[in-house]
This record gives sequence, structure tokens and C-alpha cells, in this order.
Amino acid sequence: MLEVAGITKSFGGLIAVSEASLSVREGSITALIGPNGAGKTTLFGIIAGFIPADRGAIWFAGKPILGVPAHKLARIGLVRTFQIVQPFAGLTVRENIAVGCQLRERSRVKALAEAAEVARRVGMDALIDQPAAGLTIAGRKRLELARALATRPRLLLLDEVMAGLNPTEIAELVPLVRAIRESGVTLLLTEHVMQAVMGLAEQVYVLNNGRIIADGPPAAIVADARVIEAYLGHGAAARLKGAHA
Amino acid sequence: MFEMEIVLPAVLNGIATGAVYALVALGLTLIYGVLHIVNFAHGSLLMLALYGVYFLYTLLGIDPYVALPIMVPVMFALGYALQRSVIATASHGREDNILLVTLGLSIIIDNLALYLWSADTRTINPSYAFDTVDFGIAFIAVPKLVSFLGALLVTVLLWLLIQRTDLGKAIRAVARERHGARLVGIDVEHIFAMSFGIGIACVGAAACLLLPSYYAHPGVGESFVIVAFTIVVLGGMGSFVGALVGGIIIGLTESLGGLFLGENLGRIGIFVIFIAILLFRPAGLFGQRAT
Amino acid sequence: MKTKGALVIALLVALIPLPLLVHSDFWLHFAIMTLYFALLGQAWNLLGGYGGQRSFGHAAFFGTGAYAAAMLQLDFGISPWAGLVLAGLLGAAAGALVGALSFRYGLRGSYFALVTLAFAEVFRIVADSVPFTGAGVGLQIPLRQSAANFQFADKAGFYAVILALTVLATGLAWWIENSRFGAALVAVRENENAARALGIDIDRTKLGAILISGALSGLAGSFYVQYYLYIDPRIAYGVEVSVAALLVPLIGGTGTVLGPLVGALALRTLNEVSGGLTGGAPGLNLVLYGALLIVILAFLPDGLVSLVTRLRRRHA
Repeated sequence: MLEVAGITKSFGGLIAVSEASLSVREGSITALIGPNGAGKTTLFGIIAGFIPADRGAIWFAGKPILGVPAHKLARIGLVRTFQIVQPFAGLTVRENIAVGCQLRERSRVKALAEAAEVARRVGMDALIDQPAAGLTIAGRKRLELARALATRPRLLLLDEVMAGLNPTEIAELVPLVRAIRESGVTLLLTEHVMQAVMGLAEQVYVLNNGRIIADGPPAAIVADARVIEAYLGHGAAARLKGAHA
Repeated sequence: MFEMEIVLPAVLNGIATGAVYALVALGLTLIYGVLHIVNFAHGSLLMLALYGVYFLYTLLGIDPYVALPIMVPVMFALGYALQRSVIATASHGREDNILLVTLGLSIIIDNLALYLWSADTRTINPSYAFDTVDFGIAFIAVPKLVSFLGALLVTVLLWLLIQRTDLGKAIRAVARERHGARLVGIDVEHIFAMSFGIGIACVGAAACLLLPSYYAHPGVGESFVIVAFTIVVLGGMGSFVGALVGGIIIGLTESLGGLFLGENLGRIGIFVIFIAILLFRPAGLFGQRAT
Repeated sequence: MKTKGALVIALLVALIPLPLLVHSDFWLHFAIMTLYFALLGQAWNLLGGYGGQRSFGHAAFFGTGAYAAAMLQLDFGISPWAGLVLAGLLGAAAGALVGALSFRYGLRGSYFALVTLAFAEVFRIVADSVPFTGAGVGLQIPLRQSAANFQFADKAGFYAVILALTVLATGLAWWIENSRFGAALVAVRENENAARALGIDIDRTKLGAILISGALSGLAGSFYVQYYLYIDPRIAYGVEVSVAALLVPLIGGTGTVLGPLVGALALRTLNEVSGGLTGGAPGLNLVLYGALLIVILAFLPDGLVSLVTRLRRRHA
């Protein structure tokens, strides 16, 4: 569904992403992980049309999309959430979600009604008429998710959706993410919270210093020496092996 | 029309006036650099200061330049009080409201002046008003020369304050990272008010330097506000050098624009520069590029 | 606070028969001015309240409409009614110019406010210098009272027109509140990045808002010219109009249908009261406006209309 090839982006002298390539199969949950500063959010921003790339190409459902602005991508079904949540603070939960619905639904009345449906799907129906500004972090993350879902995406990019949540909240969110995939949405997520990634993802890409250093199913990634070194430092893989010997 | 005898004095006049504009803009850029607020009342406070200098002269016989040590502290205190009591509280710290609060202040100050002192243009006639200094290539009016030198002097003093004193260090800290500054124990609200006060003190100094060759009138604030903003934006928000260079450029633009296009149309140059900078290079000449 | 827009329209419609009950020129003038400021306020509110793009230079659109209305009558003999429509279109065009440049280059917040102010000033200086607009002297419309000529001997005629225009503007505000465009506009105001991520074209949305806002301001400009039969650069493009345009909704309540109406009524009432107290000394009523603005920002940032919600909450 999504093909990313050779994306390179530098800010001034700093190379944020270098020759990054990945592939997201339709209907799958794919994860992009990596240590802090690896370039995950930059790559996300490029895929979603928020940041321009210096070089490379991206295909979405077979169509080239590099350079297409974010709002147009949303219209063809590629939607992202934000790592730092961006609610419409002055509006209620219903009104927030309705903005997402309005992408597909012309009638305001129908959009507001549909918003209630989406809220129910993500388990927010109790909060439907609350002001978004009053939500907890977990609530805001859920709202962010609901809003994106309301646009009826084909590919949903979740940017660290588990960040800032406690273990209980994470445990509640994981089945929801699965349910979203079951409903026919392809998912690409970046994540720090390993338990969520390993439990959800079928395919994992590891980004370090802007480069993709490994990819494969979660079990293989965890054992990959390069991945261990990326997170724990040079020589860590050997040390771990030695410790277990 | 391009004779040296006409153009050169216009150029020198423009530079001299530009230096005083720069002083006004310095205050504005300091306020923006530290508090990140666009002080819409800056021009009105200049107008108020001009009346202050005027009345000190006409009622107490104090020469404008001698009034500097009076006006500067008084305007500083006014600025400090305004920031601490009105601006900070009314805006609840929200940036989009601060502009409106300062707009409200400018409306109040401008119209209070209109009500109290009517729309008559007030000028003073000190003995040296028409003295000139011969520079060989041109004559420069004494007030213009003094204002130019005075503006440069105040700029240097301000630079020293910001770069070499503890207060200046605190101001720079708050300007760069206000939360971090708070964490190391700096009283951020106090620094905000100090910075605002210093910015308005600059306006007080500028008024002393300006009045001998200018005038006091309730509408002065309105016309200065945009000129000051143009300089700040041209030079780069928060840049001292920028305010100085920008001030001189704008002074020249106004002077030469007035010479070639007439006083009215000449001012258009300033606004066109303003719009162009905002559109095409909002960081200005010396400002930080926003990523 | 979401007021029932339909009720507001109904209220305005109920005001139609006012001239039958009120014959005093003073009170009719008061009503006309209140509605006129409400129109100006609704215009600003569309861009600044719903859209969050707070302009300090709405005079640019108002003045363009006013000059258009005046010049089309004087120089081209066009009917002032057609002039009204064209004033709206030209006001929109001025909006498009300012908007296309400002939004394309990503100006927002204080920068947007300042650039709109600069545009209005440029227009003022041009109008002041160019003989085509009568330069500093301005333009005078000759007195020829007839309904066909958009000049009424009886103030009731002007009242009817301004009421109709205000109903139009208020109706537009109501429509926007309940439309897809309005939802997009509010989303842009609240969070541009989030709006983009949800498929909203930021620039087009803002441009749409400034077009409508400019058109309504142009209509107000045309009305002014017909009512006062005179326009000059300071009246057309001066700061006073721009300030009035933003004061009205800020005091009444931005982003609401009722706000500009309440704000206009409050400001006109304050004007009358203070004028009576101070004997019409120049400047004092504006001092009160400035003070009121600061008080509202400090204590009632959502405007006077939010008083109702606040009181309701206290008694709940």
C-alpha cells in the first residue's frame, strides 16, 4: 500500500533521514522504531506531506505522492496523528471528531451525528460533549485517533500514540489499534513503547541516525545485533551474548 | 533634481532622523525579544513622552536634552508599571490577547491626549533650533546632529547594559528560555517588567532628542507605530544591530522619498518595505530564521 | 457559546416595523448606527472571530467599497444600488489581494494584524495623493433624494436598507456556523496543523473567509457613503474604521452570531451616554472604548454574550 524509496532529508548541515526505504503491506500493522533522534518523526512528516524531502520517492496505492501537500493526502486516505497531541482546544470532543467527518460528509448535522458513532467506536461516548481542553493525555490521544478515523483513512500513520500513557492506558489502547486494523485500515506506527510494538506489529523497521538498519518480524528484530547496538551502544550485542554464555 | 546640494542634506537628515527612529525601534525590539509581545502602544508612549518633554520646557523651562535624566526614569517607571499591572494581567499571558491589550492602551493614551491637550501641534523653539554646523559638504542643523549623537550614545549604553551587567544577563536568559530562567531562580515577571520599562525608557530618551526638530501632537503615536514596526521587522525582531541599521534605512527612505515623491506619497516607501519584508523575508536583515 | 442562530435572525426580523413605532430622528439614527456597526462587526467576525485571523486593517476593504460606490456614481453615472453590489464585489477583491499575499506567505497572529494595518495605510496614502479619488479633499455625493437614487428623505428608508444588510451578514454568520466551510474555518483557527492533517486546505479556507469578510465590509462602506454623502481617505481607510470593526465583536463576543450585535449595541449606547456626560469632547468616548476593550479582555474574554453562560453556571 505504501512504498517509500530512498528518502533523504537534511536540515542545514544535519542529515535527519538518509536513503530510508520501507514498504507497508495493505491491511498490515507495520512499525517504525529507533532510538531518540533517529529521524522517525521527520520521516513520518515527509510521508504525510508536512515536510519536503531532498531526494527519494513515495508511492501510495501505486500513485507517486512525494510533494503532495498534507491536506490532499488526507483526502486520498493517508492520514497521520501527531506525537504531541493537537486537539481543537476550544471545541468539544464531538466537534473535534466532526471536523474529521466533514472530509467525507458534506452535511454538518450528519457529521455531528457520525462523530458520536466514531466516539463510541473508540470508547469516548461518555465524553462526547466535553470540551477537548479538559481531557487527560490518554483522552486526548484517543481523540486524536478518533479524529483521524473519522476521515475514513486507508492508511493511518500513528506517531507515538502510546507516548505518555501509563501501562493500564496502553493495555486499553492496544486492542483498539487492532480493532482499527480489523476494520480495514492499514497502520504504520512509530513507537517507543516496545511492548505495544512487539505485540501489534507484523513488520518492524528500525531507524538509527536517519538510516534504516534492520527490518523484519518483531522476533527477528529483537535478536538483531545491529538493533541492540543502536539502542544500547557499541559492543552491547557482544557483551549480552557473552553474559549469557 | 539630482543635484548634490539637495540630495546630500536629505541623505544626512535621513540618517540623523533614522538614528532617533532606531532608538525608538530599539525599545520595541527589546520588548519583543524578551517578552515576545508586539507592543502596539509603543508609538502612543512616544507621543506621551513628547508631551512630557514639551511641558517640561514650556512650564519649567527645562531644555529637552537636560530633561533626559528626568524623562528616562519616569518613562521607565511607567513602562514597568504598565507591564506589571495592566498588560500581564489583562492578557492572561496569551500572546494573541497581548496585542489587543496594547492596542487598547494605545487607544486610551492617544485619545486621552486628544481630550486633554487638543489637536494643536505643539513645537518648541529653543535658542539653538536653527543653528547649523558646517561640515564642508553640507550644513547640518544642530538639533539633528545632537539627536544623532545622542541616539548612538544611548544605543551604546543600552548595549552595555544588556551585555555587561547582571540584569542584562538575566534579561538575555529570559529572552532565550523563560522557563529555564524561572527554574534557575530568576523572577521572570520582574524581568519582563524591567525589559518593558527599559524599552519605554528608550522612548523617553528618543522624545528628548526628537522634540527640538519635531513636534507633539496626539496623532504622532499612530504614525510612529508603523514606522517603528517596520524598522524592527526590517532589522529583525530582537536584533539591536538590526534596529540601528533598519532605523537608518527607514530614515533615508522617508527623507529621500519625501524629496522625490512629496511628503505624502514619500511615506508609502516605508509601508511598501514593511509589507515586502513581512512577505518575503520575515526574519529581517539580522533576525533569526524561523525553522 | 452557541446561540440559536435562528432566534437571532428572528429578533432582527422583528425589528423591521421599528420605524412605524419610532418617529424620532434621533432614535432612528441610533438604530441605524447600531445596525451599521453590527454589519461591520459581523464582517470582521467572520475572519477574525470564526477564522481567528485578527485583522487590524479592515478599513482596506471598507474604504475600497466606499470609494467604489462613490466613484461609480460620480464618474460613471451608475445607479447607487448597482454601486452597492459592486462595492461588495470590490471589497471582496481587496480582501482577495490582502489575503492572497498574507496567507500565501504564511503570515498569522501579530504579523497578520500588522500587515493588514500596513495595507490599509498604503491605500490611505494612495487615496490621499491621487486626484482620481479626490485626493485629500475626498468625494462628495450631490444631494438628490429618491429611493431609486439610494438617498432617503425619511430615515426609515436607510433603516430598512441597513437592517436588510445586517440580516444578510448575520444570516451568513449563522450559515457559516452550521456549514462544512465553517467547521473548516474554526478548525483552522484552533489548530492549523491538525486541520491540514484532516484534509482541510488552510489557504483556501482563509481566503474564502477574507473574501466574504471583505465583501460585507465593502457593503458597509457603500452604505456609509449613501448615508453621509461624503468620503475622504481618512474616513475610508483610517484606523478608526479598523478599530471599530474589531472592537464590536471583541466586546460582544467573537465567533458567535449574536456577539457583533450585542457589541454594536453596547458601544453605541456607551457612545451616547459618554457623549452626554462629557458634552461631546473629542476623544473621550474612544478612551472609554479602549478601557472597555481591556476590561473585557481581562475579565470577559469571550465577550458580553458569555455573561449569560457565566450567570447560568453560577446559578446551576
